[in-house]
Amino acid sequence: MSEVLLSAKGLRLAFGGVKAADGIDLDVLDGEFLAIIGPNGAGKTTFINMTTGYLKPQGGEIHFAGERILGLSPRAIVRRGIARSFQLPQLFTEHTVLENAAMAVAAREGFFSALKPLLRPAWREEAMDLLARFGLTAIAGTRADALNEGARKLADIAMAVALRPRLLLMDEPTSGVAASEKMEIVERLATVLRDARVTAVFVEHDMEVVGRFADRVAVWSQGRIAALGQPERILNDPDVRREVIGIETGGRHAAA
Amino acid sequence: MAEWFADNGLLLGLALLDGLAYAALVFMVAVGLNLVFGVLRILNVAHGSLFAIGGYTAASLGAFAAARGLPDWMALPVLLLAAVIVGGIAGPLIERFLLRRIYSEEPVLQLLVTFALFMILEDVQKLVWGVQPLHHDAAMRWLGTVDVPFGTDVIPFTAYQLYVLPGVALITLVGLAWFLRRTLTGRVIVAVTTDREAATAMGIDAKKIFLLTFTFGAGLAALGGALASPTAALVPGVGAGTMVLSFAVVATAGLGQVEGAAIAALMIGLGRSIAVYFLPEAEVLVPYIIMVGVLLVRPNGLFGVTETRRI
Amino acid sequence: MNSRTEAFLAALLALAVLAAASTTPWLVFVLTLALAKGIAVLGILLLLRAGQVSFGHALFVAFSAYTVAFLAPKLGDATLLLPIGALFAGVLGLLVGLFVVRYREIFFGMLNLALSMVFYSLLEKLYTITKGTDGIRVPAATFLGRTLDRHGYEWALLLTALALAILCAVFARFYLASPMGQALSGIKTREARLEFMGVSARRVLLSAYVISAVMAGMSGALIAMTSRHVTPHLGYWTASGELVFIAILGGAGGVIGPFLGAIVFELVRVYAAASFADAWQLILGVVLLLVILFARGGLWGMVLKLCGRRA
Repeated sequence: MSEVLLSAKGLRLAFGGVKAADGIDLDVLDGEFLAIIGPNGAGKTTFINMTTGYLKPQGGEIHFAGERILGLSPRAIVRRGIARSFQLPQLFTEHTVLENAAMAVAAREGFFSALKPLLRPAWREEAMDLLARFGLTAIAGTRADALNEGARKLADIAMAVALRPRLLLMDEPTSGVAASEKMEIVERLATVLRDARVTAVFVEHDMEVVGRFADRVAVWSQGRIAALGQPERILNDPDVRREVIGIETGGRHAAA
Repeated sequence: MAEWFADNGLLLGLALLDGLAYAALVFMVAVGLNLVFGVLRILNVAHGSLFAIGGYTAASLGAFAAARGLPDWMALPVLLLAAVIVGGIAGPLIERFLLRRIYSEEPVLQLLVTFALFMILEDVQKLVWGVQPLHHDAAMRWLGTVDVPFGTDVIPFTAYQLYVLPGVALITLVGLAWFLRRTLTGRVIVAVTTDREAATAMGIDAKKIFLLTFTFGAGLAALGGALASPTAALVPGVGAGTMVLSFAVVATAGLGQVEGAAIAALMIGLGRSIAVYFLPEAEVLVPYIIMVGVLLVRPNGLFGVTETRRI
Repeated sequence: MNSRTEAFLAALLALAVLAAASTTPWLVFVLTLALAKGIAVLGILLLLRAGQVSFGHALFVAFSAYTVAFLAPKLGDATLLLPIGALFAGVLGLLVGLFVVRYREIFFGMLNLALSMVFYSLLEKLYTITKGTDGIRVPAATFLGRTLDRHGYEWALLLTALALAILCAVFARFYLASPMGQALSGIKTREARLEFMGVSARRVLLSAYVISAVMAGMSGALIAMTSRHVTPHLGYWTASGELVFIAILGGAGGVIGPFLGAIVFELVRVYAAASFADAWQLILGVVLLLVILFARGGLWGMVLKLCGRRA
């Protein structure tokens, strides 16, 4: 449980004058659920983008499972076992939910294989099974552009899980999800990830979700990690409460 | 080297002068195309046809003016008049009745619509002006030739191509740069180019800006054609050729760039005319070799910037 | 629509082609050309699925047609010429594709146009090799070593075109249902997701591009053998525009659309093109606009609607 899976050291990236990453050091342990909290603009998404190869840091190092992954393309990084989901769900909007999930299965199994249909029996079965675990069976045949935000979010995460990653990075998995279903969805998600033995890093604004599911919490502030530790300690820290949770509570009400 | 220069120096001088005049024309068309793209986010495939129609209109008006016995110097303002007429009529018509319907469509459909317009205008031009070459060079003849000193020799060159073409292009470049940076309307256009949603949210009337920009861009294409008409006979297909050439300039410069278009037009104009004199077989290839070469090294063109998708 | 209905409609269309050809001899030639064009349009359809349109695919048609014209005197058998034409076009497609699949939408469409115009100019200018606009006569090919009389030759080509059309349509259907085909629409809707799933969008597009070039190559070889005369016009932008036109007219929703579109197009052209020779592109442009603005599914979309109503 204590083995380091992802190790980031001294990551730096500035956009113009804004330091989105100003010396990020973080070790993600194998099997843990690590929550990232912090105000908007603190560089949380930037961290995900750097880890997945979408943005190239100006300085620092990233290692995954002992291998240096800095400078690799997003595609090469995915193939090494890091998947991500998105704050704004990135679904194939002309496809059904089932087809979206099957695309992810296909991406893992080999896309450029024989001219068999995407929805070949084995892949359809796996995709349906995946959707069932996420509680999406009822909308398997719905086109992705006709879904509500919560369902899109889940489908987006399901696609990332279908890649069978060792590490899953989730950018605000519960934003846009109705408050009444939030806990149920997170519960389900946690079960899926634990069953699949996936290590997870997630950016989250809901402190109830963080408190209940995170093994550790990292607090982001102006491109730095301001605090890191057990949820009980971090969430009760007066500085964190004032700097992060205070702002975020306001933000959440505004969004809801 | 010295020997080569003694043999070919004059030819090179002529190629440079020709290239400069040619680059000026190409710039006029390409900058209009680029301006329209920058603001409307639509590449008008029919832009080259407006160049051709501008040229034909100028030739017809010129012939008409000459037949009416108007003084010779009138040949010059007639060129401008032709551009104003073509831009002023075709621009608003096309923007209002065609482009406005497709601003929110997929890019592929926008391309198809302007391609359809291209097909239509190419034939309209043939129906109105026929397929016989049309040439009216009163403007160029009236200005006569100048002896351009070149080393110990002189090259006789038309004053029209030496002064008028580069002059108009320079005025366009400087005027456009000044207009976009220093006037309110210009800044509004830049604002719409940079961030359409924010600009519209601030209450900018995008419709008006689109109409204005497209008309102006169409006028620039027509002016390019009008200015080109005294230098070469107009033939069917000139619109298509101009279109791909100005796209080559735009692609080399980077989409949406004004000053960049001038530099790319110079590169391509000079490159082409040097080929005309020294390697005629490669004439048609040179602009595209330059374009592909630039794109292989810089996929967004010389001055283009990568658009990062928000995710 | 389920595959059984689609297969039934395809069989119906094939029978109609054979029936029309056997009752009206001059239709044999027209329908062979229509099927040949339909095969090239099928390739355009693959690219349209990815939200990309090529305004230059006549490049591959012409390349293959000239390949056949050059090789026909030496290897005069259709069973050799067809695959060689398709193969050459495919290799050129791979080379061009490696460059153009780096781009999307405007650049994709226009780079294809620019490259095809370069090839057209070369065909026109390199007179010693291509005989310029005069073109090259293609000797009649033999079929499996047998020399056929005129009637037999025409029918052999029609049946070959029909067989290839069916083969290509079936292949395209399998391809579009496979992950690679499904990912084409993924390029249009969410390219970033493909990359984050570890799939190279460029490779997906390149595979479709090469297939489309091979299809255009088959089309060009058939056209060369059918018309027995190749000219640079085969690669002109109007020829590329025609392919795009047929794709939109026929409808991009199914693999029968291109053939439906091509047959209607060629039949109308036989009657109308002579009367409206000067305005043919204009008419095509207007119809293209009307289809895009008001009947986006094209002819195939209308067929689907009819079937849907009955079911």
